[in-house]
Amino acid sequence: MNDKFNKTGKIALILLAAGLLLMILSFAADSKRAFFNYLLMFVYIISIGVGSLSIVAMDYMTDAIWSTPFRRIAEFFSASIVLLPLLAVPLIFGMNSLYEWMHEDAVLNDPVIAHKSAYLNSTFFIIRLFLYILIWMIFYFLITGNSQKQDKTKEFKYFKKNIKLSMAFGPVLFFTLTFAAIDLMMSLLPHWYSTIYGVYYFAGSAVGALALWSFTSALLTEKKLLHPDIKPNLFHSMGTLFFAMIVFWAYIAFSQYLLIWYGDIPEETIWIHVRMQNGWQYLSAASIFIQFLIPFLVLMPGASKSNLKVLKYTGIFMLAAHYLDLYWLVMPGLKRGFIFGWNETGFILFMVGFFIMVFKYKASKVSITPIEDPKLEHGLAVKLYPDISID
Amino acid sequence: MFKKIKNKISEVNRDMGIDSRSREVYGVTALFETPDEIMYAAGETVKAGYEKFDVNTPYPVHGMDDVMKLKRTKLGYATFIFGSLGTITALVMIWFMSGFDYKNLIGGKPFFSVTPSIPIAFELTVLLGAVFTIIFTLFIFNKLPKINHPLMDTDYMKRVSSDKYGVVILAEDKKFDVAKVKAFFESIGGKDVTIVYEFQYDELSARKAIFNPKFIMLMIAAAIVTAGITYVSLNVMLNYQPFNWMQRQFKVNAQTENKFYSDSRGMREPVSGTVSRNWKNYYTQGSPDSSLIQLSNPLPVNKQTLELGKQKFETFCSPCHGYYARGDSRLNGQFPNPPTLLSDKVMNWKDGNIYFVIVNGQNIMPSYAKQTSDDERWAIIHYIRALQRAQNAKDTDFPADTTAVKK
Repeated sequence: MNDKFNKTGKIALILLAAGLLLMILSFAADSKRAFFNYLLMFVYIISIGVGSLSIVAMDYMTDAIWSTPFRRIAEFFSASIVLLPLLAVPLIFGMNSLYEWMHEDAVLNDPVIAHKSAYLNSTFFIIRLFLYILIWMIFYFLITGNSQKQDKTKEFKYFKKNIKLSMAFGPVLFFTLTFAAIDLMMSLLPHWYSTIYGVYYFAGSAVGALALWSFTSALLTEKKLLHPDIKPNLFHSMGTLFFAMIVFWAYIAFSQYLLIWYGDIPEETIWIHVRMQNGWQYLSAASIFIQFLIPFLVLMPGASKSNLKVLKYTGIFMLAAHYLDLYWLVMPGLKRGFIFGWNETGFILFMVGFFIMVFKYKASKVSITPIEDPKLEHGLAVKLYPDISID
Repeated sequence: MFKKIKNKISEVNRDMGIDSRSREVYGVTALFETPDEIMYAAGETVKAGYEKFDVNTPYPVHGMDDVMKLKRTKLGYATFIFGSLGTITALVMIWFMSGFDYKNLIGGKPFFSVTPSIPIAFELTVLLGAVFTIIFTLFIFNKLPKINHPLMDTDYMKRVSSDKYGVVILAEDKKFDVAKVKAFFESIGGKDVTIVYEFQYDELSARKAIFNPKFIMLMIAAAIVTAGITYVSLNVMLNYQPFNWMQRQFKVNAQTENKFYSDSRGMREPVSGTVSRNWKNYYTQGSPDSSLIQLSNPLPVNKQTLELGKQKFETFCSPCHGYYARGDSRLNGQFPNPPTLLSDKVMNWKDGNIYFVIVNGQNIMPSYAKQTSDDERWAIIHYIRALQRAQNAKDTDFPADTTAVKK
């Protein structure tokens, strides 16, 4: 297994180095824009890491058998949580250029920001940020640790422990991810608030994590690097969940928009208003197609949900769509209209290299199939539709 | 009791000719004992080259689709078409109702807009996708309104719907031959191999009864009469006016259409960049403390102001507080008594506090913000002050010459 990933490791290193170089250039050229990009990268990595951990928790919590042969892939990607404290450090230096509520004159002159300053202040912000990361890390180490221990000890108690841990992770995930979304992104516009914002971010994270998961699973199955007994019809449930989460995201996004549209209160519409001018309106309109209609129609037929090629390309497409979604959330805070240039590319390259590197590092240490999992045998025997051969 | 009813039903069925079967073969059936046997039997039937056959089991047997070599169902496409039809229906319906036929201005929103139509479009998509798919596919594939099926009311169907598993090979199959099929079933271990005959459709004329031209004409006539009566009674007779007593007025009501303007809206927005002159934003609404501190009476005390204050006080305040603000109106004696405005409490109030009570109301006193303008409120306050002073007059209040007269 180790040798097979060597080539990808090299590619990842090149991507990381190129990304890092471009990032430094970007910081030198325009530090404010670079910090916004950095925030975007940070929330993207959170969404993939925590989203992947929620897939692992979903596998245990719902006693799902179809996902067990692929669960390790999600476990590997959730390892990016471990690097979050390191990635959070540059963010703390950029807080001043990111958040309006950091400026003393804003707090003094703006009664709304002054009113919120008990919550939105730098000390409490940093404490909260590291608290969320700590909570996620604890759950990451406990859940994946138990999963790996089971490989060695072949004991059933770790499986049972993980079911309980996953059930505890559910509510914890919703609270931490909601507050993380409010802190990191919603406070970019400190006057504005939306109660569905956390759910919106969670829905996007679920789409992103499922996209990366199904893309990697389909790719590795095609390259025959996973368990030899995996057949394409196993993917049907994965495709269905992916499809469901895309619809869920659209549902949440529309719910937020509809209520703001109907209420028509200036303090709420300002957020939409910013995204309806200066070039943002094109991305707003395109996101209906990119994030909902195209993947909705592609994944709707039953056959395409268990088609490896469709899953692979839809996965890549939705990863990009998820990037655009977060771009749409974060970058209007820069107040410069729609911009996309070389400044952004470095962060994207770094992110791609980062995920490949995390996956490669974990895959070189841990078996890619949870061999001793009691559900694995049932999972491999799942049969939903007439067999479709890989070739 | 039940037996009696059952016998009666079969008697009626026999009279109606439902039990009578023709000599035309529908198919040959065989029963099997276990799910494994039926899987084997279905596989063997496919291997023997029969294409038109069916398997009946008391519950869904997993993997049967594979063994029977069934293709994936096409039901999804029907649902997709009907669902899309639902989306289009909803959008066209909402456009026709609120954007074309009955324009009604609601909350300053456009007459037709896609955003609020999406929940309705979604609901109709689900409704039509589910209901129409079922209704239409039932008619097409189950050949409704056929009221019976050759397999119904046979011993075979009674067994396969309780504890046995059965295969039926249909007569429409190319390789069908009664003797060969019987031999084939016995060779794979089938029990109770029987021939099922078709119904005599001439006698069983349920299909004909529904498509009878007379029946169809009757239904159409009934529909026209019902619809006509409904229309006349609800839309014509209810709106019939024996006397036109100002019920029809040629004025623009709130939220109605007006062709005079290009956007057909009766309600107009103020000209952009202008504000209403007699309207002031009241920032201290709901916080008495800040209104005490921030508000002071801007009007000068003169005859004009006091006359305005008197007029408005007697219109709005005097019904409860009385003409002299003593709280002695005709409401006195009811609980709670309207308070006097001459008490020490109100005398010591600042003007801002009275203003606050006029705008927000207090206890059971409602808000008078809608009835009074900003200036009128301040004029009322001046008049209240005048009343207070008049009722507690001191010698020094009188002009010098009147004091002399009094003495």
